[in-house]
Amino acid sequence: MKSIVIGVIGADVHAVGNRIIEYTLTREGYNVVNVGVLSSQEDFINAAIETSAPLIMVSSLYGHGELDCRGMRDKCNEAGLKDVLLYVGGNIVVGKQDFKDVEKRFKDMGFDRVYPPGTTIDMVLDTIKQDLGGVE
Amino acid sequence: MGCYLLVDFGSTFTKLTAVDLEKEDIIGTSKAMTTVETNIIEGYQHALANLYQQIGKTIVFDKIVACSSAAGGLKMAAIGLVEELTTEAAKRVCLGAGAKVDLVLSHHINNQELQQILDKKIDIILLAGGANGGNSECVIHNAQKLAESNITAPIVFAGNKDASDEIIRILSSAQKTFFICENVMPKLNVLNINDARDRIKDIFVKNIIEAKGIKKVEAIIDRVILPTPHAVLVAAELLSKGFDDEKGLGDIMLADVGGATTDIYSIADGLPTHMNAMLTGLEEPFAKRTVEGDLGMRYSSLGILQSMTPSDIAHYGHQQLDIEKECIYRHEHVDFIPESNHDFIVEDVLAKRCIDVAVKRHVGHLTSVYTPMGMMYHQTGKDLTNVSSFIGTGGAVIAHRDPKTLLQEALSSDQKAMELRPKHPDYYIDQDYILSAMGLLSIDYPMIALRIMKKRIIKL
Repeated sequence: MKSIVIGVIGADVHAVGNRIIEYTLTREGYNVVNVGVLSSQEDFINAAIETSAPLIMVSSLYGHGELDCRGMRDKCNEAGLKDVLLYVGGNIVVGKQDFKDVEKRFKDMGFDRVYPPGTTIDMVLDTIKQDLGGVE
Repeated sequence: MGCYLLVDFGSTFTKLTAVDLEKEDIIGTSKAMTTVETNIIEGYQHALANLYQQIGKTIVFDKIVACSSAAGGLKMAAIGLVEELTTEAAKRVCLGAGAKVDLVLSHHINNQELQQILDKKIDIILLAGGANGGNSECVIHNAQKLAESNITAPIVFAGNKDASDEIIRILSSAQKTFFICENVMPKLNVLNINDARDRIKDIFVKNIIEAKGIKKVEAIIDRVILPTPHAVLVAAELLSKGFDDEKGLGDIMLADVGGATTDIYSIADGLPTHMNAMLTGLEEPFAKRTVEGDLGMRYSSLGILQSMTPSDIAHYGHQQLDIEKECIYRHEHVDFIPESNHDFIVEDVLAKRCIDVAVKRHVGHLTSVYTPMGMMYHQTGKDLTNVSSFIGTGGAVIAHRDPKTLLQEALSSDQKAMELRPKHPDYYIDQDYILSAMGLLSIDYPMIALRIMKKRIIKL
């Protein structure tokens, strides 16, 4: 079973969406490793090391995602996770910004996939399957 | 029912506790120097003679069981993957089994670290790494390294179950002594202590005490069954939980201030009591033990000194106490016994410091996070603020002239709002040092052991 690390990054306590993601991915046959709310980059990375997860999915709903996610790819590289996929989604920036700019900024930070507000986990399932090569 | 004799082979003293099962009480206690270098039986017989003399007659015991921390105790190396996760889990298993964790290694181990295992004369190696279904590459690498080395210590594998076939292949072809156990961290942040801990205990009884020359004593007593700290943990758990309809004390904490180490035990869930606290990190064991190897009244008195800031030392200087000199003196004279008023004042300062710092390291901590929802807290470790009983033991506490004040002041949470220390516990003292003996007795007679503890561990 493939493992996916999920959680809400930074000083963000929004727990409902986190539960929905856990529920949905578990139903789809993944081993979901949920680090929960108020999680640091290290929490995500340590979990991915121990569980050999090929994908880390970062949620952020409170607008400070850009600050919280900065440097995460570098830390993954440092921790030996250079092939791990990084997804991020939610309300990841402050205010209403052109999403094209936002996506570019996060991709420059090393995130593989960046999702705008209003994206549900169901809409991403096909991409996950494609990226991870299906459920074993 | 008759009489039981409980023996504790310590690093310095062999301590005996004789129990009358009928009366549910202690008949007598005695001690003599441990003689593991020559023949461990000699020290035991001296202690027994002392005991007979004290009681005024000889007794035929129905059963004699022992625990041991002689000949360096049980020295373990804990190996894991990530420091905060499987390495920490492995370390907690070792401590729960009553071991001294002399070496903690994470990630891929190297030749230098293998050499440390040899140099430190490690008795048992606990090899963990990876949650089940997770990383197996690292733990296999580490097993391979151990296989290639001249290490003969038994290896307990308690890592990712997916790796176990490969590990068995590697270690058996290298003809190592090894045991396969359940993973210490089967899922992220889930701690699974029991299986590996019980296996370590078995290996201790079967292999380690023999190698250390302790097994000889089984010619005249029944069995050596536990490492001493494990016996204390068993006793503390019994005293906390109670047995059948005999109530326990509820959540408890215990401080044992020795010459070389300060051990803290807590028997409590330690879930958050603070409104906005979120629990983070690896799960905590219900019965938790921590050992501070740098805090002790004699061998480790220099560690106490190191824990003090120059301003602390100056503060004592104003009270005509040269703490630096006193610590060095105690380190060099480990058999020092306090006599004068001044000696007792210094002992008080040092013991208080040992408990204070050891408790700080044992209890959970809060760290504040400013969120758009207001101030929130991360809680790492156990919240022990509501612990109802705090028990003190060890020479420095027992010999103290006012143990209640000592414990109260050492535990004080003034200026330490983020440390989750017990707030208003009742204070107790284990005056006769019976906890390890009661842990041993509880294996056959838990009810009697519990009643004796409730009688003999006195509320201050």
